[in-house]
Amino acid sequence: MINLTIDKKPLVVKKGTTILEAASSIGIDIPTLCHMNLHDMNIENNPGGCRVCVVEVKGRRNLAPACCTEVAEGMEISSHSIRAINARRTVVELILSDHPADCLVCAKSGNCDLQDLAHHLGIREIHYQGEQSHYREDTSPAIIREMDKCILCRRCETMCNQVQTVGVLSTINRGFHCVVSPAFEMNLDHSSCTYCGQCVAVCPTGALTEVDETGAVIRALSDPTKTVIVQTAPAVRAALGEEFGMEAGTLVTGKMAAALRRLGFDYVFDTDFAADLTIMEEGTELLGRLNKYLAGDQEVKLPILTSCCPAWVKFFEHQFPDLKDIPSTARSPQQMFGAIAKTYFADKMKVKREDLVVVSIMPCVAKKYESSRDEFAVNGNPDVDHALTTRELAQLINLANIDFKALPNEEFDQPMGESTGASVIFGTTGGVIEAAVRTAYEVQTGKTLERLDFEELRGMEGLRKATIDFDGLPINIGIAHGLGNARKLLEEIKAGKSEFHAIEIMSCPGGCIGGGGQPYHHGDVEVLKKRQKAIYAEDKSKTIRKSHENPYIKKLYDEFLGEPLSEKAHHLLHTEYFDRS
Amino acid sequence: MPKIKLSEKTISQIKEICAQFDNQEGELINVLHQVQSKLGYLPAEVQEVIAKELNMSVAKVYGVVTFYSFFTMLPQGEHPISICMGTACYVRGAEQVLSEFKRQLNIEVGETSPDGKFSLSSLRCVGACGLAPVVTVGEKVYGRVSPQQVGKIIAEYQEGCPSEAQSA
Ligand code: SF4
Ligand code: SF4
Ligand code: SF4
Ligand code: FES
Repeated sequence: MINLTIDKKPLVVKKGTTILEAASSIGIDIPTLCHMNLHDMNIENNPGGCRVCVVEVKGRRNLAPACCTEVAEGMEISSHSIRAINARRTVVELILSDHPADCLVCAKSGNCDLQDLAHHLGIREIHYQGEQSHYREDTSPAIIREMDKCILCRRCETMCNQVQTVGVLSTINRGFHCVVSPAFEMNLDHSSCTYCGQCVAVCPTGALTEVDETGAVIRALSDPTKTVIVQTAPAVRAALGEEFGMEAGTLVTGKMAAALRRLGFDYVFDTDFAADLTIMEEGTELLGRLNKYLAGDQEVKLPILTSCCPAWVKFFEHQFPDLKDIPSTARSPQQMFGAIAKTYFADKMKVKREDLVVVSIMPCVAKKYESSRDEFAVNGNPDVDHALTTRELAQLINLANIDFKALPNEEFDQPMGESTGASVIFGTTGGVIEAAVRTAYEVQTGKTLERLDFEELRGMEGLRKATIDFDGLPINIGIAHGLGNARKLLEEIKAGKSEFHAIEIMSCPGGCIGGGGQPYHHGDVEVLKKRQKAIYAEDKSKTIRKSHENPYIKKLYDEFLGEPLSEKAHHLLHTEYFDRS
Repeated sequence: MPKIKLSEKTISQIKEICAQFDNQEGELINVLHQVQSKLGYLPAEVQEVIAKELNMSVAKVYGVVTFYSFFTMLPQGEHPISICMGTACYVRGAEQVLSEFKRQLNIEVGETSPDGKFSLSSLRCVGACGLAPVVTVGEKVYGRVSPQQVGKIIAEYQEGCPSEAQSA
């Protein structure tokens, strides 16, 4: 143990603790910029590059960067001495001297760590003038790179390389010409980027942002010839409130429906409805493969992998193309919703496909890319026209001057607004497979589940496994979130060593609750845990908690689809994968 | 960037070099060094092979290639000309020497002359500051080079047409 004092307060901490951690343990907040530490997820970015966190250590000539200096016996630290504060101000002024002063019109304004820092340090003038670096803007279907706003903190690199193991981003060139870029300075669009958006989620500035589709949605809403409908993904309701100053983990399902109605959507539906549909299709596929396997078929592909997450899909298309017949062929809930809306619902309402605009609200950046994939369009008309992030929805609500907190709770519209507890948990890691188990168990065994809460499938561990007893038949389940963890399970499958029957994969740490399109968590993992709790609470509060019991889903099969995996279902609800290596 | 197709032989040469360094990510710089001395340059396709062999991302390999000015992604001329732009050389007129090379060869830094004979690059300090400004052509070092000598240096490598040298 190490004894030291910070701002004259004595404390004892473990060897190896950084000054930053020691200070925060006694409630002293030292400003940081490049540093990021998502505890319990083992995600840390610690380049020590920005020097915003410098503190004064008695007896040392130089100021010490708190985020990457370990404490030593007898250290006397002052966290906010005049010298430290002046150095911090200088550092921030220098960063600003090579930064476009775009705050008023920047997508990150209000959520930018650099802006925040400048504000807190009371910077009113930039005393340095020099050349400004310029780099071309790179626009992809989901993410915009505006490197002029990059401060080279390298958080994005940590997410892309260490956490996701996609390896698209790296700092290239040197000195003034240094930028974060894909190999050979190609555009993201040409790289193997999965559009998971985790780089966007952690970028402290406006250098990485999602493609803004709010304008297109406003135009659709104000076009009298269009019927505009909206679907909202499960994870959105557990986070949207944060954008309006509500406590993380506040469920705002009812207020969200009310807000969407006030924004002028003709029908306010729920992606959860389509999640129940996904379970019907994916669950049937799982049981089909499983029963073939049990009957001795050696050819059958097991484990089956979930396919709801578009970033995950793009990941295996690039990195494991030889495994592309292992994932379920079921489309994601977003795309199932779009396909059903533009056929079944459009027919019902007697609206032409071209006049129906489907908007989705997603916790996700990759959903923008997914909706733009060619196979999800008919004659160039996409099943989902616009995919907005949770943040973009908040922006629309603000734009319309809606007092979100004061809204009443309203219900979703029918028929595509009814959902079960099983579909809500799609929003968190472990949720899709739990929902699948609830349905698959009952279909397979013909028995009613006594207990619906499968605690053994829940949690925040990056890799989890559990065995569920299907009435005497042990089913091995694997769960991974974060693509680095997914990679481990795929390597096992490739090596023929996988012990699982079914695996759930979500690209984002925590699952969609930690999606790249969610309100910025600014590195606080507690926020994710609270969102997860909220998701399970909504599940608990539902009377119907199993997908196959959703009455509107039953009706959809009766009236339109026939049965799971029918020809029509295949055509509308399943897809194929491509080798992109 | 035009795509080039590597021959099987080149690919196995690269793989061999990687294997010599136990396919260790930490040996990237040494691997790049060796590969470049064998092939003359490091085009994208070569970096892709190296990344695969060392089990690292191409972006990282590219990051290192673009960090060190020693590495080049363009084919070198038969006689690669480098002008030192370190502080000492710079203050003693390296820039004028460089622009004279550019003018006479009619190429920019990083380019190769159409006949494939010369390529031009600028270096950071080569550590021969006493001889500033320093120019190297292949392995040969020229010290205290003035713009007036540029024509003569080029002519040394241009058998049969020393016209520029005479006029200088
Ligand atoms: S979106 Fe994901 S895969 Fe693409 S660059 Fe960002 S972190 Fe990497
Ligand atoms: S793009 Fe953003 S996250 Fe990446 S280095 Fe630049 S500022 Fe940091
Ligand atoms: S985990 Fe969810 S939010 Fe993240 S990329 Fe996948 S679908 Fe999108
Ligand atoms: S926050 Fe410590 S060096 Fe950047």
